[in-house]
Amino acid sequence: MVEPKAYAAPNLVTPNRPVVFDPRVCTGCNWCVEVCQSDVFVPHPRKGEPPIILYPDECWYCGCCVKECPLHEKGAIQQNWPLMLRVRWKSKETGEHFRVGMPNPPPPNTRPPA
Amino acid sequence: MVNNNQYPTVPTFPIPWPYPVAYGEETDVDADVLVLGGGLAGCFAAISAARKGLRVVLVEKSCTIHSGAAGSGIDHWMGCPANPASKVTPEHYTLQPIMRHKGGYGNVIGTYIMARDSYDALLELEQMGVKIRDTEDEFKGADFRDEATKLLFAYDYENRHCIRVWGTGMKPALYKECKRLGVKIYDRVMVTSLLTEGGRQGARVVGATGVNTRTGAFYVFRAKASVLSMATPERLWIFSSEWTGLVGRDGPPANAGNGHAMAWRAGAEFAMMERSTHEEWGGSTGIGALMFSSGSNFATWYPCSIVDANGKEIPWVRGDGTVISTLRERTHPAPGQDFFSLVLGNGEGGESSLPTLIPDLPDRIKKGEFALPLYADLPAMPEHERRAIFGLMVGQEGHTWSVYRVLTRAGFDPDRDLLQVYELGQAPVGWRRLRWGGLIHDWDLKTSLDGLYAAGQQIFDGCGASFACSTGRWAGRRAANYALKAGEPLIDRKQVETEKARVYAPVQRNSGIDWKELACGIAKVMQDYCGDTKTEELMNIGLRSLSEIADAEASSLFARNPHELMRSLEVLDILTCCEIIVHASLARKATNTWLSFERLDYPEDDPPEWRKWVTVKLQDGEVKPGELALDYYGSLQENYEAHNK
Repeated sequence: MVEPKAYAAPNLVTPNRPVVFDPRVCTGCNWCVEVCQSDVFVPHPRKGEPPIILYPDECWYCGCCVKECPLHEKGAIQQNWPLMLRVRWKSKETGEHFRVGMPNPPPPNTRPPA
Repeated sequence: MVNNNQYPTVPTFPIPWPYPVAYGEETDVDADVLVLGGGLAGCFAAISAARKGLRVVLVEKSCTIHSGAAGSGIDHWMGCPANPASKVTPEHYTLQPIMRHKGGYGNVIGTYIMARDSYDALLELEQMGVKIRDTEDEFKGADFRDEATKLLFAYDYENRHCIRVWGTGMKPALYKECKRLGVKIYDRVMVTSLLTEGGRQGARVVGATGVNTRTGAFYVFRAKASVLSMATPERLWIFSSEWTGLVGRDGPPANAGNGHAMAWRAGAEFAMMERSTHEEWGGSTGIGALMFSSGSNFATWYPCSIVDANGKEIPWVRGDGTVISTLRERTHPAPGQDFFSLVLGNGEGGESSLPTLIPDLPDRIKKGEFALPLYADLPAMPEHERRAIFGLMVGQEGHTWSVYRVLTRAGFDPDRDLLQVYELGQAPVGWRRLRWGGLIHDWDLKTSLDGLYAAGQQIFDGCGASFACSTGRWAGRRAANYALKAGEPLIDRKQVETEKARVYAPVQRNSGIDWKELACGIAKVMQDYCGDTKTEELMNIGLRSLSEIADAEASSLFARNPHELMRSLEVLDILTCCEIIVHASLARKATNTWLSFERLDYPEDDPPEWRKWVTVKLQDGEVKPGELALDYYGSLQENYEAHNK
């Protein structure tokens, strides 16, 4: 077992992770910072790193940061719905249940929108 | 993977503020036409003024490229009876919903401008690169497609007044067009006040002040004419910072009523501010599924079939109560019946109401006739319908661009899967939303103040994308006409200094109350004293509470950086909007079902002597109620032609 550490810190605001950056793909161009309606992000103090999500509680999940990211198809930034937004569905034929964020999810549906 | 919010991973808060701080540093900006608010209405206003060759400045608190309620997209273009396939006249389209669904309590001028002009506005958007037609013929042969124009329609496939569009590109296209026409855009600048001639309340508007939400720098905008095009205030009755998007559902977090508050302080006159509606979907006010991300039969999801847990279909009824059984009946009026449309903020409209699920569904669920949960049965829909709802509409409407991607990435397949319905039941007592109260205007969309024009949600009963675009386009041209003839605007320095002191007060304190607690407190006052039922005594306590809060807690508001300063100033504007609402609600001494307005002390519903607009404004610092005839708009066609310059 890893030795648990203890820190004194204020409670996190929740939800607190509206998007997830992949630092291996994100170049830190900060375009998402510029197109965010709510100014949720600020640029990282170190150039080239993903922005800091300073105000996650102000995100309304419009998705513009993801849509505008030149590398979103490569996963630089992904929308991350908080738990209370993760809706459920079931297969009409088999009745099998699914939800957004479930463990062992079904394969993605790759059909693009109209 | 980096999680910026877990201690002790990078960075350790607090970090230095990432932008240069310039509190109080002043920039003067001159314009012929000043557009305040850069959503759909503001962009169209700026474009139409710039096309007249004037110097146009656009100020936007957020980022014009994606700001506003339609910042991430829209999926249907309502109120478009002037399109070539429509079978409804603009006159009938305007008056029928307002008379039948709103009892006459609607904005006829704005609605008629939309009905006449929204197709032209849509064609302009098409020229800017927005896709409005099924050019790839993906929907060829569909019942909702006009083969000649390749336009796709929603709701009433017979009368064809609402167009399905690929709207995610609208704001970027408008932003580009503004730039191309030389509109000078100030993004991340929150407008804090209107400046008036001599600093007098009720005088000609000659400009505005603003504060940069990243640097805190101050702006003084001087203009011959101004267009106010901000949004209806949200989070008045409902607020918790623990819910997503500052409780934003169909309005983004930026919608804090700044335009309403500054116009009020400048002395402009309002109507319909007493109209609020009980929150319909408690589960989606930032605490449940995002709008249109769950199964539904409403708006974007119209006319999707809904089934119960055992696959039993929920019946639909027409507006007149007739139970209907086919998909065709959901999308075509009965022979001899009038057109139907989605009427935002609607009341009962009889036969012209949109078909919907049986109204006694909750009772029939309780009796065991239908089993929960319910599901949207996309697989049961014909391919064209399914593809239009999920592939086109959900792919385009507001945040549903990301809804489409999140759901499909998670494996949801509309061809096979039933998506659960969550939007059932009622919100808690007192959870209300202001429904479209705003500025009074004439046929030029000029407000009661000289030099001030307004569009979109800024005017009373203004809502919807095509309404915003059409009225913005109209207001921009009239503001330009005014600017061409107007005298030089003179700024009153004392008014600027007073505003500067007000704006920066929160950053000069380092303790007191923060904006979130203040917002929660104000919402509670509105729930308790201006909620679902109203009386003179309750509302007087409400006014007193708001006034006490303004004098005490709100005067100790503190902000630690320009972003918090923006949120703090927003809550002060929310406080002002709440005061306007309570004053308007006190002024109407009669219950009015059309306005969702229940006075326990004046229970008679819509008595003849109260069939009028109740207006409110500030005059010499005092609230002055007034009245205006519901039919002040006069003749539609004559006035439209006379003012279409």
